[in-house]
Amino acid sequence: MKLLIKGGRIIDPESGFDRVADLLIEDGRVAQVGSSLSESGVEIFDAAGLIVAPGFIDLHVHLREPGEEYKETVASGAEAAVAGGFTSICAMPNTKPVNDNASVTRYIIDKAREARLANVYPVGAITRGSMGEELAEIAEMKEAGAIAISDDGRPVMNSQVMRHAMEYARDHNLVVVDHCQDTCLSAGGVMNEGRYSTLLGLKGMSVAAEDNHVSRDVILSEVTGARVHIAHISTGGAVEMVRRAKGRGLSVTCEVTPHHLALTDESVLGFDTNTKMNPPLRSEADRLVLIEAVRDGAIDAIATDHAPHHADEKMLEYDRAPFGVIGLETALGVVLTVLHHQSGIALTRIVEMLTIGPARAFGLPRGTLAAGAIADVTIFDADREWTVDARRFKSKSRNTPFGGWKLRGRVAATFVEGREVFRAE
Amino acid sequence: MAFNHKDLLGIRELSVEEINSILDTAESFKEVSRRSIKKVPTLRGKTIINFFFEASTRTRTSFEIAAKRLSADAINISASTSSVTKGETLIDTARNLEAMAPDAIVIRHPTPGVPHQLARLIDAAIINGGDGAHEHPTQALLDAFTIRERKGRIHGLQVAIIGDIMHSRVARSNTHLLTKMGAHLRIAGPRTLIPTQYEKIVEDSEGSLTVCDRIEDAISGSDVVMMLRIQRERMSDAFFPSLKEYSIQYGLTAKRLELAASDAIVMHPGPVNRGVEISSEVVDSAHSLVLDQVTNGVAIRMAVLFLLAGGKTEAHSD
Repeated sequence: MKLLIKGGRIIDPESGFDRVADLLIEDGRVAQVGSSLSESGVEIFDAAGLIVAPGFIDLHVHLREPGEEYKETVASGAEAAVAGGFTSICAMPNTKPVNDNASVTRYIIDKAREARLANVYPVGAITRGSMGEELAEIAEMKEAGAIAISDDGRPVMNSQVMRHAMEYARDHNLVVVDHCQDTCLSAGGVMNEGRYSTLLGLKGMSVAAEDNHVSRDVILSEVTGARVHIAHISTGGAVEMVRRAKGRGLSVTCEVTPHHLALTDESVLGFDTNTKMNPPLRSEADRLVLIEAVRDGAIDAIATDHAPHHADEKMLEYDRAPFGVIGLETALGVVLTVLHHQSGIALTRIVEMLTIGPARAFGLPRGTLAAGAIADVTIFDADREWTVDARRFKSKSRNTPFGGWKLRGRVAATFVEGREVFRAE
Repeated sequence: MAFNHKDLLGIRELSVEEINSILDTAESFKEVSRRSIKKVPTLRGKTIINFFFEASTRTRTSFEIAAKRLSADAINISASTSSVTKGETLIDTARNLEAMAPDAIVIRHPTPGVPHQLARLIDAAIINGGDGAHEHPTQALLDAFTIRERKGRIHGLQVAIIGDIMHSRVARSNTHLLTKMGAHLRIAGPRTLIPTQYEKIVEDSEGSLTVCDRIEDAISGSDVVMMLRIQRERMSDAFFPSLKEYSIQYGLTAKRLELAASDAIVMHPGPVNRGVEISSEVVDSAHSLVLDQVTNGVAIRMAVLFLLAGGKTEAHSD
């Protein structure tokens, strides 16, 4: 079975390849990249006018299975992923029960195999039940397939527990992913603390809560030598700390979400609960720092923090509604619109942050189109305009802050290990 | 009529003309409360629901009296938010209210934005009776009415607002209203209870807003001193050490009031903690307009109900 993706602009940041060429896939691997490759005996995908990139990798997705299948399942999440161009997604452990042991890890992997869509990489919990007290069975989860550990959503506040987690994770060559938030400083908060929280009378979460926790993790990374990944970075101060840590040679990486790049806390005016997420939408000044950090390389990856919730749950009073928005199916459009079309960031850089950037951060063997690589491929039109209609999402949930937005840039087709898993109508 | 909204959700969205229109309408209704038969047929056949998710005596009663003096049928519903758990709340609340076919709903809720969320779901006029620490528009309107009545104007006045600004919807609504009308506000209280960037919530107004470090700086030369209620439970969140210390540092005493203009008026949205944020001597002095505020509250709420619940101008003069 051979597939020739013909005449597209191939962008492979890992190898520095960026020109119009043909891509030949054979037996799930990249066989050849070159000009005017032979068309005999191959299936052809005409990619003229389109970008051909390594399959996108999302380091931060909530699939809700097991436990809250009414919000999302592994299968529906994977379907949403490939529709958004993501061929690999990392599933956060805050399911019910928490993915804090190998049997849950295996369950998620089995569900992903049945779905046969995106690659699903489970992230195991750091602590048992993500309670922040005792370490989870990290090595067993790794053997079962977990590729990182995190207590996402429930930051490990006890610094000694976190130190031990980092030391232990280092032994097992796992990256520690942290949702950085000093939960004493942010207690009760539902949005960013600033002019808009003051105006709306909603309880704010200070940037100090995130900055404080990031600085602690950077210090612990230095003490332990562990690889630390800062999830959904959202403040200018935190970016500065990561930048300095990298400058000193520490193994600290970070990701940013499309919504933190596109929106600010001003969006909370009107009390739409689809503007409520954690970390919260920050100020315009923070947003601009994030965009510059994408441009100059201080941020490693775009990650969606795809967090499905049922409409009934979101249709609550602002302070009672759950945190989180979905993002898999709008990510490419949002980042191309905001980063490329509006901010002039090169496509190569954006593709890097969706592919080899995240692959390196978590040590995943994907994210390139070099000959011999696993043939995960995402083909997109960087200029195609479309309007977000949440009713058409593959995700089970509809909680997007981008409903009705006009975006520029859309996925045309997605291939996982050479197999077509999505094609736009 | 310079008031053309379906709802009254906050002061921030109102223009100076609209505010004046409500105040002027209230003037004409104030007279009704002085009659021996305190009732006009203006809203006969209209249904007003007072839907209170928070304990309130003053505001709920004031709306109820206002509705009844306009001959509307007023129904009070109290709901506890504590019994509400997951899902359905707002939508079901909205549908249940709508099913009773009210003309206006006064809603008080501990969460900011609930009136705004309901207003999008319900055809009836929604009147914000206080939403968390966000807005309390009728309180600000009655305060403005009281100031205008006593001082003849609002423009150019020096107004001090003292106390727990952070948790106060009264402070926010008054800040919007008084600066829009051209007053100069000085805010003071413990720094723990002044929300971040408070001075930035005012936009393009003729007035001004200054956050002062000391209560004395805020009061000095003021024409109006507005004191806010301090809640005992704030102590448990380490906002201030004790009511005693709060009273000494931030309470309005007769001595502190001497710093204000000699004809300064003192206001308080109630209920008053005598001896805590304000001394009895001041509450009971000639400077105090605390009871005028309550009286004027009825007139303001009559005006708001009239403007929103579809009253006819000719009907209320008979």
